[in-house]
Amino acid sequence: MINQNSKPLLEVQGLHATVNGVAILKGIDLTINYGEIHAIMGVNGSGKSTFAKVLAGHAAYQVTAGNVLFDGKDLLALAPEQRARTGVFLAFQYPIEIPGVANSQFLRLAYNTVQTQRGKDELDPLEFDDFVREKMKLLEMNPDFLDRSVNEGFSGGEKKRNEILQMALLEPRLNILDETDSGLDIDALRIVANGVNQITNNDNATILVTHYQRLLNYIVPDYVHVMESGRIVKTGGKELALELETRGYDWISAENSATEGAVL
Amino acid sequence: MSEVVSNHYLDDLLKTYPQHSTSALPWLSQLRTEAVDRVNALKMPTTRDEEWRFTDISPLTEVPCQPAQTMAQLQPAEIKHHYLQEAATRLVFIDGQYAPALSAISNESGIVVGNLSTLLTSYSAKIAPHLGRYVSFNDNIFAALNAAFLHDGAVIIVPRDTSIAPPIHLLFIATQKEVTSYPRCLIIAEPGSQVTVVEDYIARHEEPYVTNSVTEVSVADNAHVNHIRLQRDSRQAFHVANCTATLAHAGNFQSINVALGARISRCNLNIQLASEGAECTVNGLALIKKQQLADTHTFIDHIKPNGTSRQLHKCIVDGAAHAVFNGKIMVRPNAQQTDSSQTSRNLLLTGQAQVNTKPQLEIFADDVKCAHGATVGQLDPEEIFYLKSRGLSELAARNLLTYAFGAEIIDRIPVISVKNQLEKAVLEYTQSLES
Repeated sequence: MINQNSKPLLEVQGLHATVNGVAILKGIDLTINYGEIHAIMGVNGSGKSTFAKVLAGHAAYQVTAGNVLFDGKDLLALAPEQRARTGVFLAFQYPIEIPGVANSQFLRLAYNTVQTQRGKDELDPLEFDDFVREKMKLLEMNPDFLDRSVNEGFSGGEKKRNEILQMALLEPRLNILDETDSGLDIDALRIVANGVNQITNNDNATILVTHYQRLLNYIVPDYVHVMESGRIVKTGGKELALELETRGYDWISAENSATEGAVL
Repeated sequence: MSEVVSNHYLDDLLKTYPQHSTSALPWLSQLRTEAVDRVNALKMPTTRDEEWRFTDISPLTEVPCQPAQTMAQLQPAEIKHHYLQEAATRLVFIDGQYAPALSAISNESGIVVGNLSTLLTSYSAKIAPHLGRYVSFNDNIFAALNAAFLHDGAVIIVPRDTSIAPPIHLLFIATQKEVTSYPRCLIIAEPGSQVTVVEDYIARHEEPYVTNSVTEVSVADNAHVNHIRLQRDSRQAFHVANCTATLAHAGNFQSINVALGARISRCNLNIQLASEGAECTVNGLALIKKQQLADTHTFIDHIKPNGTSRQLHKCIVDGAAHAVFNGKIMVRPNAQQTDSSQTSRNLLLTGQAQVNTKPQLEIFADDVKCAHGATVGQLDPEEIFYLKSRGLSELAARNLLTYAFGAEIIDRIPVISVKNQLEKAVLEYTQSLES
């Protein structure tokens, strides 16, 4: 929700990044205030997933220029785990499977690690069990998820729900959802979106990386940004997503190159 | 590793063989005599032998080869923490010698369990057809030595149609350095019976010694045997194990083999699916570091039709340690409708860690389903990143993934207290890893 008085949570200035020497992000500028939901859309290869991973600190991506401030502090100076502890959360497009580790163990380990870093008390297994079961209701998750190995044998929808469950547990300030809608049927999409909507509030902000407008029917963005070739080329309100849905992405490319041509 | 050295070793070894120990039982005397003959004829293997290509066993010959001459006196309080709470029967052997004062025997449901020399007189007729009959010592120097020194061991005879729920704990404790022990286990599961046996090797010091063990398992028609073998010897020790299970009609053998200790360990596990419809599951985990070498050779022999075998062998190798896996699956011409799968998965934690894995399928039947595969890899950076993105440090992430890799085997152990002990051991192992 846009709130004129809210502080900036994330300030991205001229962000450039490469992977294996190939430039992927070519100057991103974006400011996100507390309470806001931003959708980042674009065709495959436009750099939107890279942007999400760079914010989370993936080692395969080198930041070659630009700054990212998180609550006024340099985010890029932090290791991925420090970013997580300070409140950045990336819901993965392809969550990994960890056979041999029970989901409950993993969730409690992550929760307690982050809690300790934030100067709060850890929960013992029984306390955690009560806590996590409450959160699982948000996502209509079957309690047997806790006893299964992390993501092993989970369906696509179950994996995504497990991601949002982690988001609910870790209470980040910046939620980044990387293509969370991909591979979900309409029921799973509704459940996941409903979970996200219950987590978003004025003390956090959310970035939805998505290719399709469908997710935005359920999680309504305050801003929609369109990425192309590593830059944000257009920004609008939620109606921009609807326009993309009907007109596709080509008109933006055309408009963009026309603008560039005009400048030249 | 010259032959001269090897033969000196064997000569010395045979001098220690008690010449007067001719048994009152002719079959046993004959077995020992045959074994002594084979020891005289055989040489210590070298890396020129295909079966020992990756494992140079010659450092073993530097350890004096005598069995322990005296028996260490241990108080129950000193070793109680090694006991399995689920076990009603526990046979304790100290440096290869049976320790009745530390053992506990429950003869529930008519099971015959105890040490070989005690049971030989009353059960000679039951024991004779099995003892020394499955682990062949004809071309196996270590099995021959074990048989030559055969004087005692653990015997379990589970009567027909009897199911023994509590696991039986065979606990072999090393207390003396520079001795060789010759543990021997015989498990006879009569038709329709069921039993779980934990064969457990531990050490009370970190000195060199040799364990040369032989385990024979007879799984009769419709019998079911769970065999868990834990090798937790001293990291200076040498451990050679020969284990053979033979399965009759619809016999079921579930094996879990864990190697944590020893400087050099070699386990030969042979499973013969000798009759129709036999089934085995063979799980293995080697968890080694520093200069350790763990070598596992398995041979699953599908002799008759409709057999099933499942094998998963995992190695976690840290430091400059070296794991060897050689898994042969034979499907003989008769063994139609065999269903077999074998997987070897290996995790190398450092650049110096080494693994040689060789899955081998030999199929001589035409209507079978056989799959095998091997992977060798390091921890996946994407998996590490995932865990770090949830707040875990690099080290915690690596530890968790390493732990998970081993836990897949440990989770299959049907005895809770063993599972808990091993989970702890794996956690300690991962936490001792360098970042």
